[in-house]
Amino acid sequence: MGGNGTSAPVMSGNEIVINIKSDVDVVIARQEGRRLATDLGFNGGDVTLIATAISEVARNIVNYAGHGEIILSIVEESNKKGISITARDNGPGIPDIALAMQDGYSSSKGLGLGLPGSKRIVDEFEITSEVGKGTTIRMKKWKRPVVTSRSWV
Amino acid sequence: MKVPILKQGPYLIASVQSALTDEDLVQLRDDLAQMVGRHHSRGVVIDVTALDVMDSFAARTLRSMAATIKLKGAHAIIVGIQPEVAFAMVQLGLSLAGVSTALDLEDGLTLLSKQLQENQDGG
Repeated sequence: MGGNGTSAPVMSGNEIVINIKSDVDVVIARQEGRRLATDLGFNGGDVTLIATAISEVARNIVNYAGHGEIILSIVEESNKKGISITARDNGPGIPDIALAMQDGYSSSKGLGLGLPGSKRIVDEFEITSEVGKGTTIRMKKWKRPVVTSRSWV
Repeated sequence: MKVPILKQGPYLIASVQSALTDEDLVQLRDDLAQMVGRHHSRGVVIDVTALDVMDSFAARTLRSMAATIKLKGAHAIIVGIQPEVAFAMVQLGLSLAGVSTALDLEDGLTLLSKQLQENQDGG
């Protein structure tokens, strides 16, 4: 609707899908991530880490692929709960993933810390990419268990 | 959203009010460089208290902002980095190497006037 061509996040099933086309969408994606992580009960430090990781992978979409999407959802496994972040694009793909995951390597503007940095701040990180087809990054961050022994009561 | 820049004596104060897009950040860098020249400012305080995320692009732009301001003969100080943001930056491996930082606006202005004083005494 807006002149800048951004679209509101779409809720589909248990997923929040954010279309990424510009730097404005990068901000929208990380704000959505912040909201979901806060609702899930992540602490402030983790919420910021999640928002930062989303910002990095969303910006990669804008810089390298032009457009793509960020999909956020709640994940549950045995007795843990967390947030899942998927960044998907049909861009040029990454020819050398090992190189892209190296600290300080950047093929465009940036510090070259986006991907390796994001990997450090989440619990699970998986990247698949095919030249000419696109890139998908899947990240998960688990909520840290509540330490009951520290309870005041 | 455009970041308002206030002139206070020999200083400029840029106070970030909300989340910034990449374009906003680049705009701020260009605006500050221009205003430092126009007002012959000696120092710039960039207050990022309202920033809830500092990713690699933001860190890189703040570094280039400080370097640009220095080349224009003024000194830049970043103030108000939130504890969670600082923690995330360290985890991500981001540093603001070569950029002065201070806790808040007040400390930033104190630091600037101290430096101005030293420069005057020294020269």
